[in-house]
Amino acid sequence: MSYDLIGISVLWLFLYGYLILASIDFGAGFFAFYARLTKQDHLINRLISRYLSPVWEITNVFFVFFYIGMIGFFPDTAYYYGSALIVPGSVAIVLLAIRGSFYAFENYGSKNNIVYLFLYGATGLLIPASLSVALTLSEGGFILKQDQTVSLDYWALLTNPLSWSIVGLAIVSVLFISACFLTFYASRAEDKAALKLMRTYALFWSTPTIIIALTAFIYLGQHNERHYQNMMDLWWLLALSVTFFIIALWLLYRGRRYGVAFVCIMLQFLCAFFAYGIGQYPYILDPYITIQSSVTSSSMGFALVVVFIGGMCLLIPSLILVFKLFLFDADYVKGKK
Amino acid sequence: MGIDTVLWSRLVTGMTLGFHMIFATIGVGIPLMIAIAEFIGIRKQDSHYTLMAKRWARGFVISVAVGVVTGTAISLQLALVWPNFMKLAGNVIALPLFMEVFAFFFEAIFLGIYLYTWDRFKNPYIHWLLTLPIVLGAGMSAVFITTVNGFMNQPGGFTMQGGQFTAVNPVQAMLNTATFSKVFHVLSSAYLTGAALLAGIAAFTMLRKGVTGYHKKALKLMMAVVMLFGLLNTVAGDASAKFLAEHQPEKLAAAEWHFETESGADLILLGWLNAEHKIIGAIHLPKILSFLAFGNFNAKVTGLNEFSPDEQPPLLVHYFFDLMAGIGFALLGISVLYFLFTFWKKRNEHNKWLLRIIALGAPLAFLGVELGWFYAELGRQPWILRGYMRVEEAATTSPSVRILFFLFLLLYIVLGAVSVLVLRRLFHNNPAETEMEKWAQHAGNKRSGKDAHA
Repeated sequence: MSYDLIGISVLWLFLYGYLILASIDFGAGFFAFYARLTKQDHLINRLISRYLSPVWEITNVFFVFFYIGMIGFFPDTAYYYGSALIVPGSVAIVLLAIRGSFYAFENYGSKNNIVYLFLYGATGLLIPASLSVALTLSEGGFILKQDQTVSLDYWALLTNPLSWSIVGLAIVSVLFISACFLTFYASRAEDKAALKLMRTYALFWSTPTIIIALTAFIYLGQHNERHYQNMMDLWWLLALSVTFFIIALWLLYRGRRYGVAFVCIMLQFLCAFFAYGIGQYPYILDPYITIQSSVTSSSMGFALVVVFIGGMCLLIPSLILVFKLFLFDADYVKGKK
Repeated sequence: MGIDTVLWSRLVTGMTLGFHMIFATIGVGIPLMIAIAEFIGIRKQDSHYTLMAKRWARGFVISVAVGVVTGTAISLQLALVWPNFMKLAGNVIALPLFMEVFAFFFEAIFLGIYLYTWDRFKNPYIHWLLTLPIVLGAGMSAVFITTVNGFMNQPGGFTMQGGQFTAVNPVQAMLNTATFSKVFHVLSSAYLTGAALLAGIAAFTMLRKGVTGYHKKALKLMMAVVMLFGLLNTVAGDASAKFLAEHQPEKLAAAEWHFETESGADLILLGWLNAEHKIIGAIHLPKILSFLAFGNFNAKVTGLNEFSPDEQPPLLVHYFFDLMAGIGFALLGISVLYFLFTFWKKRNEHNKWLLRIIALGAPLAFLGVELGWFYAELGRQPWILRGYMRVEEAATTSPSVRILFFLFLLLYIVLGAVSVLVLRRLFHNNPAETEMEKWAQHAGNKRSGKDAHA
């Protein structure tokens, strides 16, 4: 396998990892705020902070990892995406900053501050929205190139139904994934009240998720025929995704095996995400960047792969340790440690 | 318009880095102090030191959070504000950036575990062991990112062909000639600053609330660390100066206002320049610059006039250099003074004036770090990649960058203010002594509970 394929596969896997971890995190922010508004916060706040506080930095690293890796394997992306995304990217930085600081400050009293909780909830929805702009961009047609200057065509972006449906999809899937995870976590903690609440949220958000996913798919067909066709050729992946979704929904509805349900949802998004990614091949930014044209030199590609393997040998055991301590340690989850 | 966006780009990046530097230095320096304190606490079975580690770790989290978000900001800004630079150099610096993320990852994982497992292990050394990956991860991320900066000063490990880097050797690019002295100086100054900060806090608290056992121990421990890293930092600074003299003479010459190439060059302290570039009111130390640069009083030092005017760094850096070096020596001096007082029984090492000076050392240390970086970065102007790419070729052309400056300025003001408020609330309302008593009480309750059972 060539370095461009290894590179893009690794990066796509990391982006997927970020998608799941960050969704849990971002959605939790929204639910924390919403529960406060509806006076149900006492049910879930403890649950949220017990899982999220130890792992928020890890979530953040997945993101940094993705785009540093992107620039590393495909330096041309820095130029196009960097130039075009200067405004939405900076907005995302500010939102991430507000959110990141919340974790440090929440332990020391600001949790009870409704303004901060609002910011925490709002950033949870705005960050996925602002980050999804990069995905929309990659479909092509939103970049203005004059001589050497690359900029974003805001008018085209804001008037296009595709960009809005991608934003919508990002937001509802965040809420859906997060609610499912917290349902599972609540069931592990044997916290009946939180479980009931989170299960309602999960069931509620499943419908818009699947509807907007279909809508986005249809608009994609109108905007980028090639990508749409490629994805249609991968129909079995999409069908698999829908199957996992139905299994997860059934388990949630029957109120059992929440762990399996969450795994199904992870697989649902994995299939859809890879169908989307493989369909986009070989473009990273249609039509300016393909993965072959922008790949870094082979010596750098080799070095990055070596470091990646070495890094994984270090990280995977550490991540297992984290999960053992904070996710699968029943006593910790129940709040006894 | 083009020039205008370049200036704004520089301001955005300078501001972000300047702000991040405070938290990055804490992020590298403090974990080592926490590790030392916890270790001594376990060894001596002295709960004062354990409490130190706990309290420092609690404050450390706040600064880590701000460090993480500003660090994320910088890594994104690299591509947003300097797209042309990243396109060109991304081929060569991707490796250290990638490795830095791994180091950060490693640190992040274990920091999370460390903070949430204080009482989970029977053997206290297991919890202490968790500090090692944190110290290592923090240190290594500083090392990797510093190699990137080294590369920008001393590009190497590639050949230039038609405006593109080819035949890239990533490892050679990382281990460029600037790397060793830079890494050494960055690490030693971060540990020095971390210790100076904690010593300063201990001294400040003693001034306000009187001398207590806890703060005495904290002060003594940290002053020892200040002395050790003060010495190492002096060696590192000297290595950096010798590196500059050999490989980047224009930077050293600008810092020293050394215009004509000459043997036995004087070291110039402070002073100012008149309209004809004559130095007025400065202290001249004869032949010291030659010695500083080459270890030989009569060595020839390249002057700034050897370089064409559009390749000369701004002359302002002279003050940054002098102040940075002055602060470095002052911190070392303070620790020597402290230990002189400790061993010379007639003197009280906790007298008000000494404590005031130690307290002042904390902000001075941070000022020194900032000035040092301003010197290093401005001293490399007009290059972003020395010899290959000028700053104005690298910047974005988007006029939005001006708005970004104000957006980020606002963000940093808010972040800075909130972290100060939170830190104040955290420590001000909960002095170490009260916490110690609570602990003792808690332990006492436990013991009496057990006795009752027996």
